[in-house]
Amino acid sequence: MNTQENASAALQLRHITKTFGAITANEDVDLELRRGEVLAILGENGSGKTTLMNMISGIYRPDSGEICINGKEVSINSPKDAFAHGIGMVHQHFKLVDVFTATENIILGIKEKGGFSLKRSSARVAEICERYGFDLDPNKKIYEMSVSEKQTVEIVKVLYRGADILILDEPTAVLTPQETDKLFNVIRRMRQDGKSIIIITHKLHEVMEISDRVAVLRKGRHIDTVNTADVSESELTDMMVGQKISLNIERTLSEKTPDRLIVSHLTMYSKEGVKVVDDVSFTARAGEILGIAGVSGSGQRELLELIAGLRTPESGDIIYNDPSDGKAVDLRKKTPMQIRDLGVRLSFVPEDRLGMGLVGNMDIIDNMMLRTYRNGRPLFLDRQPSKVLADDIIKSLEVVTPGPTTPVRRLSGGNVQKVLVGREISSAPSVLMAAYPVRGLDINSSYTIYNLLNEQKKNGAAVIYVGEDLDVLLELCDRIMVICGGAVSGILDGRTAEKQEVGLLMTKRKGAEQ
Amino acid sequence: MTAAERPVKAEKIKAPLITITKRDSLPPYRRILIRAAAIVAALLLCSVITLIVTKSNPIEIYKTMFSGAFGNGIRIIRTVYEISVLLIIAVAITPAFKMKFWNTGAEGQVLIGGLTTAMVMLYLGGKVPDGLLIVVMAAAAIGAGVIWGVIPAFFKAYWKTNETLFTLMMNYVAIQLVECFLKIADKTGSNVVGPTMLKNGWFPKFFGLDYMLDVVIIAVLTVLVYIYLRYSKHGYEISVVGESENTAKYIGINVKKVIIRTMALSGALCGIAGLLIVGGASHSISAETAGGRGFTAIMVSWLAKFNPLLMVFSSLLIVFLERGAGEVATVFSLNKSFSDILTGIILFFIIGCEFFINYKLHFRRQAKEERV
Repeated sequence: MNTQENASAALQLRHITKTFGAITANEDVDLELRRGEVLAILGENGSGKTTLMNMISGIYRPDSGEICINGKEVSINSPKDAFAHGIGMVHQHFKLVDVFTATENIILGIKEKGGFSLKRSSARVAEICERYGFDLDPNKKIYEMSVSEKQTVEIVKVLYRGADILILDEPTAVLTPQETDKLFNVIRRMRQDGKSIIIITHKLHEVMEISDRVAVLRKGRHIDTVNTADVSESELTDMMVGQKISLNIERTLSEKTPDRLIVSHLTMYSKEGVKVVDDVSFTARAGEILGIAGVSGSGQRELLELIAGLRTPESGDIIYNDPSDGKAVDLRKKTPMQIRDLGVRLSFVPEDRLGMGLVGNMDIIDNMMLRTYRNGRPLFLDRQPSKVLADDIIKSLEVVTPGPTTPVRRLSGGNVQKVLVGREISSAPSVLMAAYPVRGLDINSSYTIYNLLNEQKKNGAAVIYVGEDLDVLLELCDRIMVICGGAVSGILDGRTAEKQEVGLLMTKRKGAEQ
Repeated sequence: MTAAERPVKAEKIKAPLITITKRDSLPPYRRILIRAAAIVAALLLCSVITLIVTKSNPIEIYKTMFSGAFGNGIRIIRTVYEISVLLIIAVAITPAFKMKFWNTGAEGQVLIGGLTTAMVMLYLGGKVPDGLLIVVMAAAAIGAGVIWGVIPAFFKAYWKTNETLFTLMMNYVAIQLVECFLKIADKTGSNVVGPTMLKNGWFPKFFGLDYMLDVVIIAVLTVLVYIYLRYSKHGYEISVVGESENTAKYIGINVKKVIIRTMALSGALCGIAGLLIVGGASHSISAETAGGRGFTAIMVSWLAKFNPLLMVFSSLLIVFLERGAGEVATVFSLNKSFSDILTGIILFFIIGCEFFINYKLHFRRQAKEERV
C-alpha cells in the first residue's frame, strides 16, 4: 500500500480479523474509505458487514489488525472513542427516547461547552438541518414521528457530535421509495460537505445510484473494492455470491408430488403499516423441498407465521389438501389450535428457537410436551410419552446432554436445534416449515438437519425451507422461491437454477427501477 | 514493518476492578452453604450492633426472640397460625407470579374477601343456620376475591395495562370499601367491627384448639396448589406463558384465557385467606385485617422460588423474625424500631445472598492471571 493512498483515506482497515468462538466473522479484511466519498458495502447475510462496522464504531475490538484514521493508527475501545475520532454510526434499530423531542435526544449524553442551553442546541440542530437539507422539526417529540423522521434524528445526532465518517446500516430498509430519494439527496449534500460515508445495503439499484465505490464482502472476507461506474449489477452479484461450491447434499426426486399447500395472493401489513407480505402466491408439493431465498427480513418470517396461524393476513388464501381424504381445507384466519383440530399435521421450526419453538428454562421432556400436552387424561399431564420421545430423540439424533431433565438453554445451539426439529418431525407432519434451521450450527449438525428434512420429503411431507446460504438452497431444494421486499420475485427449479440468478432476484424489488 | 510482524496490541485493555458474571448453576450443597453463611453473618452483625447500641448480651436477645415465637403453648399456636396465614397468601399469589403476572394486590384481594365474609356474618348471622352461614361466607369471599383478581387480569390481557400498578391501586379501593362498611355498620365511629357484632359464623374449634381448622385447610390448599402447578395441564400452561408468551402463542395456548383464569384462581385463594382470617380467627374486620401480609407474601413466595411446599419454611422464617423481634422490644424495653432493625438486617443478608448464588465476582488481579 503506498503512502499517497493513505493520505487521502479518511479511514483504513488493515488485516482485520475477528472471531467469536469457533466462528470467524471477519478474516484479514482490508478496507479503505476515501475522504468525501460514499462507499457501499455489499454482502449476503452473515458475510461480516455488521461485525466489521461494529469494530469501527467501538462496539467490538478486532482480534488482530489495525484501524487508521487520516493515516494515523488508532485504538477504538468504545462508541465514545469512535465519536472522539469523528466516527458516527446510525444503527438499523433506532435508540431514541420516545417522550423527548428531537433536540433533547440529539444532545442527550453530551457535555457542551458553555453549559446546557436547550435553546442554543435547538438552533444548532436547525442549522445542521438547513445545511444538509433535512426536513426536521427540532421540537417535535419522537413518538409523534414517522420512521423516516426518527432516522433523520439519528443522523443529525451523529452530525451534531461532529462526525466526519458516517456509517449507515441498511438505512433504506425501513423507508418508502420517496423517503429513500430524500435520504439520498441528504447523503449527496453531506458528501459535498466533505463527509465520508459508508452505507450498508442489500439493494443493488441503490448501490448503483448512490455510491462512488463498492466494497464486496463474502464469508467474512473482503473480495474487492471497485468503482461503481465501472461495474454492472450482475458483476456485483457474481462477486457477492461467488462461485458455486459443491456440498454433496443428497437430493432425491420424488415420483408423485401432489399439491399440498396452495397459497394465493397473501398480503399482510406490519403494525407500522408497511406491507411485509406482498401478494405472495405459491404451491408447496408433497415429496418436495421448496426453498425460500431472500435477504433476511424480506417477509420470510411473517409468511411462515401466517401459514402457521400465528398472524392474520389482510387478504389472500391458504388452502391445504388433506392427504388422507383429499379434501381442501382453508387455513386462513385459523389459530394454531384450530388448524390442529382440523387434523392438519403442520409442523413449524421457527427462526427464534429458544424464544418461540422451545422454552429455555424447561427441560427436554417438558419441551417435548409442548405440542402434545393436551393429549391423554383430562386435567393432569402425562409426562410418560414425552419422556419416551425425549430419550428417543436424544439417542437417534445424538443430542449431547447430561440427560433428558436438563433445561434446553444449557444445550449448545446445534443440540437445541436437534431437540426442536426432532419434536416437530415426531408428529409425522404433512407440511414441515423450517426457518433458518442450520443457522449457527456446525457442519455435522447441519448435515444431520439436511438429512432429516430429506427423510421427511421421502415420507411425503411438503417441506418449506427458508435459508440464507445459496449453495445449500441450490443443492437441497427441488424448487426455490425468491422473495424480495415481501413479494415473490421468482420461482426457480433448484436443479437448473444458477447462483447468480438467485442472487439477482434477491435484490430485485417489485416495481423498482433496475 | 507490516502489520503481520507487529505483535498484537495488548495495551489499553483496562479490565474493570470487579467483573460480574452469571453462574451456570451451583450444586445444592453450595447453595445451602452460602445461605447458611449469610444467616451466620447476619446474626454476627446483629450481635455487634446490639452490643454497641443497647449494651445487652446478644445471646440473651436471641433467646428472647426464640421464646417470643415458641416460648409456650399459646405462643406456638399463635405462631403456627400466623405462619399458615402468611403461607396461604404466598401460595395464592404464586400461580400469578409463575406466569410473570406481578400481582401486588393480594392485600386488597384478602381484604375484600374478609370484608364480604364480615358482611355476610353481620347481615345474615342468626337468620340462617350456622353451617349454611359458613357456606355463604365462603362463597361470598371467594367470589369477591375472584372479581378483585380478574379485573386487572382482564385489562392486562386485552389492553396490556401494567398489572403491578393496577393491582396496587385496587388495594386502596378495597381499603376504602372497608372504611365505608365500618362507618355504616358501626355508628359509633370505631375503626373496627369486632366479635361483639360478628357473633355468628365462627369456625368450629378443631380438636379443641383455636385457629387449627384454618391451619388444616391451609395445609390442604398448599398441597393442592403444589400439585396443580406441577402436574396439571393448567399449571404447565402457566409456566409456558410465564417463560415465553411467543412460545405459548406458537403452540396455540390462548394467552388471554390463561391470564384471566390464573388470576381468578389467585384471587379466589386470596379471598379464602380473607375468609379464614375473619371467620376462623379474628372475627373482626378493619382496614388492618390483611396487615401488610399481602406484600410480605411476595417475599415469602420469591424466597421459596415459587415452590408452595418450600414456602412453609420461608413463611416460618419471616413470622419467627417478626414475632421474635417484637418480643425483644418488649422484654428489653427497647424501641420497636430496634427489632425492626434486626429483622431488616437478617432479611437483607438472606435476600442478598441470592446474588452470590446467581453471580460470580472476578477481581481484576484474578482476571489478569486468567488472561496470562
